[in-house]
Order: sequence, then structure tokens, then C-alpha cells
Amino acid sequence: MSDVVEKTLTALPSLLLSVDSQPGSAKLSTSSKLGSLIRNITELTSKHEEEKLIQRELSSIKDQVSSPNTTMRQMKELMVRAIYCEMLGYDSSFTYIHAIKLAQQGSVLEKRVGYLAVSLFLNEHHELLLLLVNTVLKDLQSTNLIEVCMALTVVSQIFPKDMIPAILPLVEEKLNHPKEIIRRKAVLALYKFHLIAPNQVQHIHNKFRKALCDKDPGVMGASLHIYLHLIQENPEGYKDLTTSFVTILKQVVGGKLPMDFNYHSVPAPWIQIQLLQILSLLGKNDPGTSEIMHEILEESLRRAEMNHNITYAILYECVKCIYTIHPKSDLLEKAAKCIGNFVLSSKINLKYLGLKALTYVVQQDPKLALQHQMTIIECLEHPDLIIKRETLEILFRITNAQNVTVIVEKMLTFLSTSEDDHTTIDLVGKVAELAKKYAPDNEWFIQTMNAVFSLGGETMQPDITNSFLKLLSEGFDSVEEDRKLKVFAVNSYVSLLEGEPEKLPQRFLQVISWVLGEFSHLQQDVGAETVVCLLDKLLHMKNSTSETKTWVLMAMTKVCEGAACAPLVQSVCETYSSSLDTVLRQRAQELQHLSRDPALRARVLPPVCTREPLEVDSSLSFLDEFVSEALAAGAAPYKPSHQRQEELAQTKAVSYEPYQLTLPISTTAHTHTPSLLSISSSLSEGSADLSHKGGSSSLKLEGVKRVWGRGGYEAAQVETPSPPQEGGDPSISHTPPLTSEDTESKQQEQQLASSMFLGLDHSSVTLMGKGDSTPSWLKRKERGQTPLNDAQTFTDPQELTDPSPLHVVSPQFPQSPVIANGTSDTEAALALACLDTNRSSTNQLEDRGLSLYLPAELSGLICSEISVLCSSESLELSACHVHKLRSLEMIVFISNSSDNAVQQIQVQLHSEQLEVSCASESQMEEVKGHSVVVRQYSLRVRKPSVHVELIGTLFHPETPQNVQFTYRLPLSSFIRPLTLSTEEYGTMWLSFSNDTKQNLTLVHSENEGPLRATLNVLTEDLHLHVVEIIGMEAIVACRLLQDQPCLMHCRVHGDALAVWLRSPVPELPDCLIYHCQRALQGH
Amino acid sequence: MLCLLRQMRFLLLFSRQGRLRLQKWFTPMMDREKKKIIRDMTTMVLSRQPRTCNFMQWKDLKIIYKRYASLYFCLAIESQENELLALEVIHRYVELLDKYFGNVCELDIIFNFEKAYFILDEFLMGGEIQETSKQIVNRSIDASDMLQETLEEYMSKPAF
Repeated sequence: MSDVVEKTLTALPSLLLSVDSQPGSAKLSTSSKLGSLIRNITELTSKHEEEKLIQRELSSIKDQVSSPNTTMRQMKELMVRAIYCEMLGYDSSFTYIHAIKLAQQGSVLEKRVGYLAVSLFLNEHHELLLLLVNTVLKDLQSTNLIEVCMALTVVSQIFPKDMIPAILPLVEEKLNHPKEIIRRKAVLALYKFHLIAPNQVQHIHNKFRKALCDKDPGVMGASLHIYLHLIQENPEGYKDLTTSFVTILKQVVGGKLPMDFNYHSVPAPWIQIQLLQILSLLGKNDPGTSEIMHEILEESLRRAEMNHNITYAILYECVKCIYTIHPKSDLLEKAAKCIGNFVLSSKINLKYLGLKALTYVVQQDPKLALQHQMTIIECLEHPDLIIKRETLEILFRITNAQNVTVIVEKMLTFLSTSEDDHTTIDLVGKVAELAKKYAPDNEWFIQTMNAVFSLGGETMQPDITNSFLKLLSEGFDSVEEDRKLKVFAVNSYVSLLEGEPEKLPQRFLQVISWVLGEFSHLQQDVGAETVVCLLDKLLHMKNSTSETKTWVLMAMTKVCEGAACAPLVQSVCETYSSSLDTVLRQRAQELQHLSRDPALRARVLPPVCTREPLEVDSSLSFLDEFVSEALAAGAAPYKPSHQRQEELAQTKAVSYEPYQLTLPISTTAHTHTPSLLSISSSLSEGSADLSHKGGSSSLKLEGVKRVWGRGGYEAAQVETPSPPQEGGDPSISHTPPLTSEDTESKQQEQQLASSMFLGLDHSSVTLMGKGDSTPSWLKRKERGQTPLNDAQTFTDPQELTDPSPLHVVSPQFPQSPVIANGTSDTEAALALACLDTNRSSTNQLEDRGLSLYLPAELSGLICSEISVLCSSESLELSACHVHKLRSLEMIVFISNSSDNAVQQIQVQLHSEQLEVSCASESQMEEVKGHSVVVRQYSLRVRKPSVHVELIGTLFHPETPQNVQFTYRLPLSSFIRPLTLSTEEYGTMWLSFSNDTKQNLTLVHSENEGPLRATLNVLTEDLHLHVVEIIGMEAIVACRLLQDQPCLMHCRVHGDALAVWLRSPVPELPDCLIYHCQRALQGH
Repeated sequence: MLCLLRQMRFLLLFSRQGRLRLQKWFTPMMDREKKKIIRDMTTMVLSRQPRTCNFMQWKDLKIIYKRYASLYFCLAIESQENELLALEVIHRYVELLDKYFGNVCELDIIFNFEKAYFILDEFLMGGEIQETSKQIVNRSIDASDMLQETLEEYMSKPAF
């Protein structure tokens, strides 16, 4: 940099050298206007006076900035004052445009303030930012290095995403600049671009490699930011760089960098830490790569001896890295020792970091927690909340069936004092999870959950309540145990309601209502009228929301039995029948009707234990007919709201990002069909939603490899008999935490430790992974894990006991064409579809005969079933379709079963959606007795729709009436694979404008990953071509005959497959997504 | 989209009275949000008891703060980041200010806050460490500064 100065200086008269070359000497600008403003403000006593002063100041600034006589120099001064006012929280947005002007027109010194003001005032989405592009462009090309630096600085702070292409070449060019500061800033600017628009800098990835090898450590360090990010996204792609990173780290650790990179005599700590983070990403689950880095990690550990914060920061990162990569025992040992230094340190910051490190490693090595148990206990009582919080985090990770009571109690105690919502939500979720997983008995479980609901309040994650209710309703294998749990829950809730229900949160009241509604009949001691009375009390409470009231009314509907409740129920009905809330009114009506008719009630609301699992047709297939009709009639295909919004947004701004998948989690898998406001649709949506959320925030019991199996501990208990036996007893932890006598408190701590660290002892480690033989409290019924049951969720009381008959699962359209006979097609089609099973068997018989007549060139190709279209007299028309690579052929068989030949038969086909061309020329046919004539038609899609339909007419001279028939076939018959390279795919993707996004359910298979399995199903059923699979993403292509491509981008997203389809044909993505759903449903 | 931005979120400097002296936001944020954060931070940091650690949890972020004389420096980072390192980032910034102003005090920052911003922009960029070498940061600030002051004296003619 010094020669920059020199160069600039030589350009200036020598006089400048005499100027104060100590800019650092702070001159308090006492005479300046800013100075007086600041002084005036500090003299003020009230907020009101300050406001007045600033308003005056702002209006004077306003006058001056808009005056044409203001020089740029004055403008700079004004801008500084505006920044100051803005910092005090006053709006000075009128100066924004002038800040840009200053950056544009000012000389170097003014420009700098202008750029600063821009970067402080505007954010990335501000529209004024577009005006900055030209200035930046000009400055990047400037010969003055300081201007280039300023431009690069502002670019890497804020720049409009859409305008990146305009300056990208210039920034790229700067990577080869002779000055290292320019190269460094250019790298950082590119890093910024990479963050906001990754695909735009994809082509310069190899230039980053050059930056990594730059001779200037600053440039190299800057490039590490990019690499850290790239490797985070795709560790596989950068394994080859491992040795380079290791070599660099070796040089840094060995002190090979210039001295001025040292920080408190530690060589380049920031670079070291970045390298360690990169290495841990690269070495994760990769023994080979980990091997390369073992040596340097050991050296880093050894070298970092100095007793300074920064060395501890490096050590912490080292330990994390060692525990992330493929383990090596002696390294682990050293790292563990290192953690000990942290945890035992008297410095509280280090202690905190030690706890954080412990949290990170205890899952792999619970012994470590055991080593530090006394420290953990101490920290648990620490006055600093964040230390306590982190300690609980460790405890959460080491919880098992034996120490759960103690740990959960600690967590609940903390919760009752915590005021921070974020912490509460998080901890409540954790307690619920532990309770569900390790509860030792019914009482404890219910009581813990009660505490969770009371403490969690309204902020709690909704799936906690849902999974609790689900758990209760599904119950356990043992009938007796099951009943006990429910009775206990009922008892506990009755006593809660008898107490002070006003104090309970709404969510809890809803849970209580539901449980009482469902299970209070199990408890004979509590009569229906008592329950109704208690519920009635909730209705009268002032703070009950209408949602809670809905739950209460629903519960009343379930329990109201016998004459005793009648008057109360009657009065409730009267009150709420005229409620302004429609849902409440509806519930009140239901209550009224059902309470009068016990027989009806028993049918509508069978007790949950006898209830069959609901069969939910989550794809709403019963609406298919309606949808395809609507689409055929020209209705626009349904688009989920997020897509509509996105399209709106796209029309506003140019998007350069084809792969940015931002599917909101809440997208449901079934939004294809028009969203009718039916209960059924909300039901299926709710269920999809819930299962998704469940995957993200609560632990799933099935399929999760539990490192600490219950069996392990159980066995361990036998081997180490002394402390564990009474460990499960919660009474131990009831000892008050503070006692006067020191020895006593020590003893208590010891005791607490022994109960808290149960099951973590040495012997259990070796027994890890042994069979889960303990019949756990929470052995859930098998059916709880079937997907069908997942649909049965309890998000809303309406769904639970919907008085309207639950929808009959409607017949599904088979993949093979469905045919309709006669003229009235829709009803007939439905009827026929119902009879499909019978029909297909007869079809098969007929097949044998007719398939012989298939044209020879079509044999061996994929062919649908031959189905009967219509018959008239002795004539019968059948048809099938054959998939050819370039076309779809429809074959019509005209068979004559009589002895006589039939003359002049004419078959006409027409369709709005299809183009039909006939292969044979003659329109008239003669069909001899007992023979079959075959006609072949080529079909092409004119206008895609989910199912396409052909309407045909059979002209028959001997009958006065023409016979009409329809032939329906799914759009998937017209889909063919499209072979593409990834590059071609990329360019095509950008050029297509119509798209659809949807989440599909994943297919799980034993042999393959879910993505593979799902793709297999899709490619098999729909003839798609998988272009490439990259990690959890896949790109797939197909075409609609003849040449209408459709591209598909899939990404595993939690429990679902997020699919994004694009095509030049508007309807195609929607239709295809429908068939994808169909195909996956069949599995 | 999987995007683990390992960035700093914001840096605030405020006095013992809770008066904001400098604010830098590394991620785009609404004005209302900013105001709320400033309010939360000042109350949280100022109410910390002695002998507690320099870290706090706020929402899903970690707040690292440190007091230098009458000024509090408060830096927000992602939870999984290295807190000690962040503490040293603050310290290095103070060192840079110190070197530039020569025994920096709160008044220096109040009256020359734009300089404090310039130094910050040379040190951190877009929420990442840009340059860790003290000399280099100072040299580049000095270079622009010198240019600034010399030009200021020499070409004090109206630009337009």
C-alpha cells in the first residue's frame, strides 16, 4: 500500500509532503458543525428537547442538500451530520439520493464519505442502489487505486443482485491486479457475489484456486471465506485441496507468514481457525482425508500453549475438528485433555467454551461428561444464565432412561425462571422430547407434560401438543397399561380444572378438553355431568379464546350423556348458537343435535380406542374428475400461493438463479387440486404439514440410531451395582440445592452427580448397541408407525370428530386408460372405474384374442390393456394404446361376432386436446363375419391436461343411431425420456418460463436411499430420464410427444422431495406433477 | 436453500448510558428490526451482572460484548461460531482504533465516527474478517486519509 501512496504523492505537488502526515492524531473537530451538534445534544436533558433539536438540524440539512449552491465539500459535511442523525434513530431518508450523488460526483475524499453513507443508509433491496451501479463501474475502471478500493469495498457490502453481471468482468479482472490489496478486495467482492448469487460466479471457481495460492497471505486468507462456504455446500468436490489446506496450515502454524500477521504473537489466528474449520468439513466421515490432517492437528494442539484467549480460540476449533473428522484415538485423548483445561479454568469465558465443546463431544464420548461431572453440577447452579443454559444442553445430550427424572427436573426449574421466549420454546421442546423418549412411568410422564404445557404457554411448538395427543390416543400394547395412563391423565386434568384453570395457558386447556372428551368415560368415579360442569367453567372464563371454546364444545359433545347434563348442555347450546364466530356456532349446533340423539352420536363419535384408523385420501383423488373437467373447460391450473407470489416477484426483477430452491416447509404435497374449502382438504393438508414439522423439530423414534440404547444401561446396571439402583428415584433430586454446611452440600452434589450421570459409566460403553431388550414404558403399538396412521392427527377439533361422514375413498384411476361407455360420460366413467377390477379380468381374457391382431411393428412395445369401447349389435369396438419412442399409437379393434359381414363401418375420432391422424386411408370398413379389423391412429397432444380424452363415433349403417364412445388416457402415456447433458439442462432450464413447485412424498426402500428409490419409481412409471444425481439433488428430464421438454429438479427436503418443474408449455408442469404424485402413491 | 452463512450479523458501539455510538449491520435488516435490536442489546448488556461471561444468547444469535472504558462493543454472531474469536475481533478493532487515534477514547469515536467506520470497513467486510494484519489496515487507512487531507487543502475549489 505504501507505494500507492507514493504514486499518488508524486502526482501531487511536493508541497503536500509538508502536510501533517499523522492523520491518526485525532483532531476533535471542535469548530465543525458536527461538533457543535454533538455538543448541543449532550447538553440536553430530555428526549423531547433532543427530538426538537434534531428536527431542526434535519430541516436545515434538507434545505442545504437541495440547494444548487452547495458544494460537494459542504455536501460531505452535511452527509456526516445526516449519518449522525440517522444513528440517533431519526429518519433522514431524504439524503439517500444525495449520498449517491456524492459518491458519483465528489472528488476522492468526498466520494469516500458518499460511499460510506450509501453503505450505512441503504440495504440490498433499496431501489436507489441501482443508481450506484454506474458510479461503481466508473470507479472500478479508474486509474486511482484508492477509487478502485472504495468501489470494491462498497460492492462487497451492498450491491443489487440483478446488476452483478454488469460489473462482474471488471471485478474478475482485478484478481490479477499487481496490488495485493486490490486482489484481496476483489476476492471478497466475489465472495459476496457467491453468497447472494452463487451461479453467477460458478465459472470463476478455478480463479479462486489461484487466489488460494496467492503469494500474499491476505489474499489467500480472503479466499478461505469462499472455500469454507463452497466446501460446506459440497465437501466432496474439494477433497483434492485437502493437502493444500494442510500445507498452508503447516506454514501458518510454523510461523512462515510475515510478522505483521501475528496477533499477540500467535501467527495469523484467523487464518488458522478458518483452515481448521475447512479441514473438519473435509475430514468428516472420510478416513482417508482425515489421515492427511492428523499430523498438523496434533501440531496445532501442541503449539497452542500460550495462555491467551486467542490460543484458546484456536484450541477450541482444533478440538472440534478432531471430534468431527474420522476419529484417531491418541488425538482424541489429547483433545479430551484440552477440554479439561477449558472446563476447569477459572476464567468464565473459557469455562463457557469448555461446556460448549463438551456439548459437542458428549454424544460421541459420554465418558467425558462423567469425568467432568462435578464441574457440570457446579455450573448448573452458576448465577450466569448462559452457563446454566449450556450445562442443560450437555445434560440433554446425555439423558437416558435412568437419569431422565433428575435432568428433566433441572430443566423445568430453569424454565420456571427463564424469561426469554426463544430459550423457553427450545427447552420446552427438549423436555417434551425426553419425556416421550425415556419416561419411567405414567404418572411421571403426565406430570412432566403438564409442566411442559403450563410453562410452554402459547409460544410452544404446536407439534408438542399434537404428538402428545397422538401418543395418548394410540396408547400401548398392553390394554391395562394403556387404560391406566389415560385414567391418570383424566384424574390429573380433573383436579387441575377444579383448581385454578384461569392460570393455565390456552394450549393446555385445549389438550385438557380433548383428553377429557375422549377418555373421561374410562374413569368411572368422575361422572359425565362433573366433566361437563368443569368444561362449562372454561367457557365462562374471560381469557378463553374462541379456539379453546371450540375444543371445549367438541369435548362436551363427546361426553354429554344422560339426563344430568341436559340442562347445562342446553344452555350452552343456546349461548353459542348465536355466537358471531361461525365455527363456534357450528360446534354448538352439533352439540345440540348429537346430545339429543345418542344413537347418532355413537355412530359419529365412536370412542377413540375402538375407532378404525381414518383412511384419508390425501391426494383428494375424488376431485380428479372435477379438476380435469375444469381444466378441460379452460380453467387455469391451480398454483400454490408461494408460486403465485414468486411469479409476481419474478415479473418485477430479473432472476439469474435457476436453482435456488426456496420451498417453504409448509408446502403441502397435495396442492395440485383446486383448493376447495372442504374439511377434507384441510385435513389432508394438516396431516402433511404435521408430519413434516414432526420431522424437523421433534425427535423421531423410529429409524434413529440411538447411541445409548436402553438395553445397554440396563446391562450396565447389573455389572456396577452400587449407585444406579436408587438412581431412577426422583426423590434424591428433591434435596434443596443450598445448605449451610459445606460438607453437606458437597455430599448433595455428589448424590446429584451419581443420579445425573447414571448409565454413562465405563461398562456401558462397551455394551453399546446391544439389543433393545428392555420392554420400555413407551413401546408403542405397531400401527403407530404406519404411514396411514400419520394422517390421523389432531391439529384441530373439527378434524378429530367431523360429524359429516368421512369421505369414502374414491376409486382411483388406474394407469391404464379408463373408458366410458355410451354417451353420458362423466357418471359412467366413474361407475366404470368402480367396476374396474371386474373389468380388467375380463379384459385379460379378451386380450389374448385381440392382441394377436396388433400390427407386427408394434409388438414388443409397451402396450396398455385392451379395453372395450362400445358395442352395437354384433359389433364390438376395443382399443389400446402403444408407446412408441416417437409417438403414441392408438389401436382400435373392430370385431364382428356375427356370421355376416358388416359393411360401411366408419369410426371417427376427435378430441380437443389431441391431434388424431389415421394411418390407413380408407374411412369405410367392411368387417367380415367372425373377424377383426384393426385401425391405427397416431395421437399427439395439442393441449396438455392431466387426462386426455378422445370422443369417438361409430357409424353403423344397420343401426339408425350412431354409437358414441370416449377413450381416456393419462398424459403420462405421452411422456418420453429426454436425454440431455447437465450443461444442456442448465441452459434449457433458464429459458423455460412455466414452472411448478411441489413437495412429494419420498419412497423408502431398503436397498437404496430415498432419493434413488423415489426416482426409480418415477422413471419406471413415467419414463423420465435422470440427467444427474448430485448428493441429495437430482435433475431429471422428459419430453411430451413430440418435442415439448419438461425439466425437473428434485431435492430431498426433510421428509419430502421438493420438486421443481419447468417447461415451455404452460400446463405441462402441473400435469406432470400430478402424475408424479400418482406414481408415488402407488408405492 | 442450504445456506450456512458464517457471518457476523452486526456490531454496535454504545456508551454506558446506552447511547449508540456506531452501528454496522452486516446483513440486510428493516429499520424497525434495527431499532428493536439496539434497544434489546443496550438493556441486556448494561444489565449484566459483574463476573459473568462476555457471551449472551439472544434469539438464535450469540452476543459477544466487551467494555472498554466507557464504551461497550457488542458483536452478534451465529450460535455455532467461536465466541472467543469474536471477542478477539472486538479487541483487534479496538487496537486498530487505538493505533489510529493514539490512545483512543469515546470522544474520538463520537467526533470522528466516520473515521471509525472507515477503519471498520478495512478490517471487516460484509461480516467477515478482511485483513488481520494491523499494519496493513492502518497503512491503507492512512493512505486514503493522507490523500484526503492533502487534497482537501490543495483542491478546495467547489466541485460544481
